[in-house]
Amino acid sequence: MSLKLLGEGFDPWTELQRHQAHNPQLAGKYGATSIFIGTMRDFNDGAGVDGMLLEHYPAMTQKHLQAISREAMARWDILDTLIIHRFGEIHPDDPIVLLAVWSAHRSESFPACRYLIEELKSRAPFWKKEVNGKDARWVEHNTPG
Amino acid sequence: MRYPCDKALKQKSIPGDTMSITVKFFASLRETVGMEGTTLDSASAQTAQQAWTAATDGREMPVNTLIAVNMEYAGADAAVTDGDEVAFFPPVTGGAGGDTR
Repeated sequence: MSLKLLGEGFDPWTELQRHQAHNPQLAGKYGATSIFIGTMRDFNDGAGVDGMLLEHYPAMTQKHLQAISREAMARWDILDTLIIHRFGEIHPDDPIVLLAVWSAHRSESFPACRYLIEELKSRAPFWKKEVNGKDARWVEHNTPG
Repeated sequence: MRYPCDKALKQKSIPGDTMSITVKFFASLRETVGMEGTTLDSASAQTAQQAWTAATDGREMPVNTLIAVNMEYAGADAAVTDGDEVAFFPPVTGGAGGDTR
């Protein structure tokens, strides 16, 4: 189980390779890797968005993302999880979140990865503020699914 | 492992430091109340709702406010005591599941 909260941009593909390279216990064990990458879009409700400020409650974020990972490990037969989430200033096309689950079989990794993103979206204390020129507004709701 | 002395150590106060409740506000709620947070004398609040009222000078709490006591989600009637951290914030919007709303 690994968790990173980053204030600067990251490359999800590099992070995946790095995680696998630094966790040799996974080698030869996993037959499935399910990943989810959430990226910032450049529109919202038809209006252009220049960027976004992502605020969080660091200690609570850490606590709940660790709990979500532990719950996934307990519920499915999976080998490892990785969660990386951005905070701070984000621009269109920037990755915001990377979730990865390693398991022997896809029947375990797919639902576990889905669980991570759905629980993260409903429980982890992050808040988005969209910036468009001189205007800024808080995003009030996440859509389901 | 927790030793019997842990509790005594936690409750021992440093001279000049009174036990208190830490209150934090995040995101749009921080802007609404005009502060990141404050500390309250623990005698001024026994519940999260009372902590809100004391910290905001009686302002009404917005209906969709979420509350966390010591980083766990809680209701407005949750008990708060010495050393607790109470946070108030709007609905969370993390993740980016291919959408921002």
